Amino acid sequence: MSGRAAWRLESLGCSLVYRYAAGKLDWFAWALPMEGEFAAIPKAGDVIQAEVPTCVLTDRLGEVYQRCQAAGWKVCIVVNDSRIVLGRLRREAWKADPETPVEQVMEEGPTTFRPDHFLEPLVRRMRDKKVGSVIVTNPDGALLGILYRKDAEERLQEERLRKGGAEKNAGQEWVSVGYRRR
Amino acid sequence: MPKDINRDEVQRLLQNGAQLVEALPAEEYNEAHLPSAINIPLKKLNKQTIELLDKSRPVITYCSDFQ
Repeated sequence: MSGRAAWRLESLGCSLVYRYAAGKLDWFAWALPMEGEFAAIPKAGDVIQAEVPTCVLTDRLGEVYQRCQAAGWKVCIVVNDSRIVLGRLRREAWKADPETPVEQVMEEGPTTFRPDHFLEPLVRRMRDKKVGSVIVTNPDGALLGILYRKDAEERLQEERLRKGGAEKNAGQEWVSVGYRRR
Repeated sequence: MPKDINRDEVQRLLQNGAQLVEALPAEEYNEAHLPSAINIPLKKLNKQTIELLDKSRPVITYCSDFQ
């Protein structure tokens, strides 16, 4: 549609016309500013913890474990040089031999979410699947942070109190700007 | 001929005074749009509606995605 709009603008006399083909879904997925009714809806990117421990594939498990313990974390995200998420260390993975390379024990391809995902349906999904945290990345897969369900629930509760509870929210049937809930 | 641009180029052009036009219907624009964008739905693009625009300055148009 934007292609036809661009050509039409040119035919109407606009001399310099550009087409942002990836459109607003791309813009919002990169957590860039939004205006409109959906702008006030809490989103995943609003409550992530950005200072998250990371390691690389070749790190030794024991060294990574000590580093995470010292910082008070039970999880570590495995990334490459571009901070692209490759895996995750948690739970049983920590019980392996400390000399084991991270690559051999990490959880491969953990599920990730974009920062523009609406918080309310995301929390519902996390509750249904009994998940306490999820990884948030940009569309390229680069780590932005970890979203904890507890933080998200607190944020939603604050929002309900602010709105007085009973009011129907704009975007209630949406998961994110581009995706209506099934 | 209209030129395809990416997100970084959109930001650079906006800083230099480009105008932003969302070509989707008003309902979708009202839900969410880029800051400073105005709404001229594709079906309403004509000589009258583009009087909002300065034809001598760059215009960037967009919709939801690659459709």
